[in-house]
Amino acid sequence: MDVAAVAQVESPLEQQFQALVDADGRVEPRDWMPDGYRKTLVRQIAQHAHSEIIGMQPEGNWITRAPSLRRKCILVAKVQDEAGHGLYLYSAAETLGVDRDELLDLLHTGRQKYSTIFNYPTTSWADVAAIGWLVDGAAIMNQVPLTRCSYGPYARAMIRVCKEESFHQRQGFEAMTVLANGTPAQRQMAQDALDRWWWPALMMFGPSDTDSPNSAQSMTWGIKRFSNDELRQRFVDATVPQAEHLGLTVPDPDLTWNGEHYVSGEIDWTEFFTVMKGDGPCNRERIANRVAAHDEGAWVREAAAAYAAKQQARSASQGVAA
Amino acid sequence: MSATSATPVTAVDADVAAYALRLGDDALVLGQRLGEWAAKSPQLEEDVALLNLALDHLGVARSLLSYVGTIDGTGRSEDDIAFLRDEPAFTNALLMELEGGDFGRTTARQLLVASYQLPLWQALASSTDPEIAGVAGKAVKEVAYHLDHARSWVVRLGDGTAESHRRVQTGLDEVWPYAAELFERDALVDRLVARGVAADPALLEPAWRATVEDVLAEATLTVPETSWRPTGGRTGAHTTGFGYLLAELQHLHRSHPGASW
Repeated sequence: MDVAAVAQVESPLEQQFQALVDADGRVEPRDWMPDGYRKTLVRQIAQHAHSEIIGMQPEGNWITRAPSLRRKCILVAKVQDEAGHGLYLYSAAETLGVDRDELLDLLHTGRQKYSTIFNYPTTSWADVAAIGWLVDGAAIMNQVPLTRCSYGPYARAMIRVCKEESFHQRQGFEAMTVLANGTPAQRQMAQDALDRWWWPALMMFGPSDTDSPNSAQSMTWGIKRFSNDELRQRFVDATVPQAEHLGLTVPDPDLTWNGEHYVSGEIDWTEFFTVMKGDGPCNRERIANRVAAHDEGAWVREAAAAYAAKQQARSASQGVAA
Repeated sequence: MSATSATPVTAVDADVAAYALRLGDDALVLGQRLGEWAAKSPQLEEDVALLNLALDHLGVARSLLSYVGTIDGTGRSEDDIAFLRDEPAFTNALLMELEGGDFGRTTARQLLVASYQLPLWQALASSTDPEIAGVAGKAVKEVAYHLDHARSWVVRLGDGTAESHRRVQTGLDEVWPYAAELFERDALVDRLVARGVAADPALLEPAWRATVEDVLAEATLTVPETSWRPTGGRTGAHTTGFGYLLAELQHLHRSHPGASW
């Protein structure tokens, strides 16, 4: 269905819905909503949930090798939080009439996406710090406005998610600070991670406003509050001084200060679209690992279902006997 | 409070240090194995649960290994102890270091460990060593949840499908012989039981067996019969796979001597 056409429908239900959204009210699962709104939310929440669970891989990769017990515990807790975020978000999506298995199937078969950022490899410990600092930092910029999203269950899930993401960002920056002030090898590790993660982090905000077809409709519906470029600018303005504080160099020779904002050089959108379409360094590996975990766990889920059915049958027959 | 009492000098106690090291190594090594499950579990709820178990064990390890460094006379940090020892210096029970295998085997091990650690931490909560008692007081709350989790999965797998029954029974058969080591006595344990520091293995085993047999009966699983009692962990004689575990655990830390993280 053409989204623009839906927006032009002026049915009483549609008018009532738009009035609620315009008044900054919350749409709840039982409320009437336009099909396009429901589909947009399912796609967005699912993509967000998928990003959380795929995001467990690049960081989980370093749990067994973390360089101190304190860092190991912080990382385990962080990856655990990501699984938890996946759970809330799949639950939020389920309020829109889809189920988790269906969404996982769409992820596993490449019909739904996750953030392009997780298609880059984590080849050094500093990547864990850089992900916390930059990737969680970018995620917060994107997600804080979603706590005021028009769809109630999503907005409420995001409040909790954002609190935890904010903690992740702080621990990432703190880990990066230790590396940047550490031995020459650690400092080199930190700079190398910034070099590799800076541009992919900027790409997390999505295509530029001139090339972002769904943005206007999402804003009308109160799903999106700020444009991709506005959020990206906020991230750059917040992060460049942090890099300077660390004594690290942002890998953008064209970066300038215009008296009000840091102005980035041109993003390589060819790379963004290549990774988005499935040809990034780790797209295949991430999905293969996810599918393997899911397939290898099928017997466990089947056992849980079989046991639950047996228990139900047992309590039913006890009920009959009584 | 005077300046001197703010920095208490802990007397060296080699026996308590050696016992705390056993408990700390058990926690560290099992926490490391559980951490391997990240993003690999059968469903999202188990990613949360298994990492939560890992975190609990690693928390116990940090407390105990830090304590060891203060009473063994070396002044080593928790990281010195975790990352800078070779295999023969680790004194964890072999059960903790076995590869996790599939979810059936991991779950079976969790049942054996939690059924042991519940009475262990209960007993140690009143240890005459205040540090060990403090760690135990916190761990006992965590292990009650570990046991609930292991019990519910062993029952579901055992009494689920034919496939799950076969897999969890196989996992149980594989890890079962290693449980005997948990209840071994040696001169160190005897001395510390006499001082009221250590838990008496003779009292732990019946409680362990009662819990495990109860769960296995409900799960329609068979209690394995075996004459094989592999041992050696407490004296540093480990399994082949343990070297790989340590290689992964220690590589990065050892590659940057003296660095802070």
